Amino acid sequence: MRHRAAHRKLGRTSSHRLALLRNLATALFDKERIRTTLPKAKELRPWAEKLITLAKREDGRVHARRLVSRDVQDAAVAKKLFDTLAPRFASRPGGYTRILKLGARKGDGAEMAIIELIGSEFQPGKKEAAKKEAEKPAKEEAKAADKPAKADKPKAEKKAKADKPAKAEAKPKAEKKPATRKKKADAAE
Amino acid sequence: MPNPKRRHSKARTSTRRAHDHLTAPGLSNCPNCHEPKLPHRVCPHCGHYKGKQVVDSKEA
Ligand SMILES: [Zn+2]
Repeated sequence: MRHRAAHRKLGRTSSHRLALLRNLATALFDKERIRTTLPKAKELRPWAEKLITLAKREDGRVHARRLVSRDVQDAAVAKKLFDTLAPRFASRPGGYTRILKLGARKGDGAEMAIIELIGSEFQPGKKEAAKKEAEKPAKEEAKAADKPAKADKPKAEKKAKADKPAKAEAKPKAEKKPATRKKKADAAE
Repeated sequence: MPNPKRRHSKARTSTRRAHDHLTAPGLSNCPNCHEPKLPHRVCPHCGHYKGKQVVDSKEA
């Protein structure tokens, strides 16, 4: 009987599993869109959403920050979670993430998935925009930006870096997204 | 040690195996690019899902 055995073990010891979930959640809050296996994505979803809900807590912000920083041990990502992600999801009663199934991975046949924060969906041509944004605030990063970014990773990192020094810039960005969605909805009508 | 009492005929073997077969995946055509795709999955060919492009077509 598998009564009351709600979670997957993911082939790991409990400490290894906890470390995995922490790493996945940190990556999700940092990159906002990560690709992993479907079982990991499904385990991550409730786990990461609880952290977002914690970050949304109005009372006792210090307590919430300490609870979150147990799991999100990257201080910059924890800060992002409280300063940009929590306000972004303030009016959403849970369901902050979406899982997209991608099909089997070549090699071991594992079902792959993308887990993304709502509002961080794929946008064709967004990569170039992210590149431009990264160039603006930090000239030091110009060298890195000059190199044609090969994969998503360097770009996402740049974006994250750009978010950190300039909070002011990150906030209007979060506001822009719902606005564009509204436009789309209007167009659909 | 227990042993079979009676001979097992070829007919009995093949009757048992009558239902042994693989099932075809429930493929349908992508509404965007018309390539075959699995249900509830992002199209591996064009990266569309539910009428929107959700992943880079190369990424998927
Ligand atoms: Zn397609």
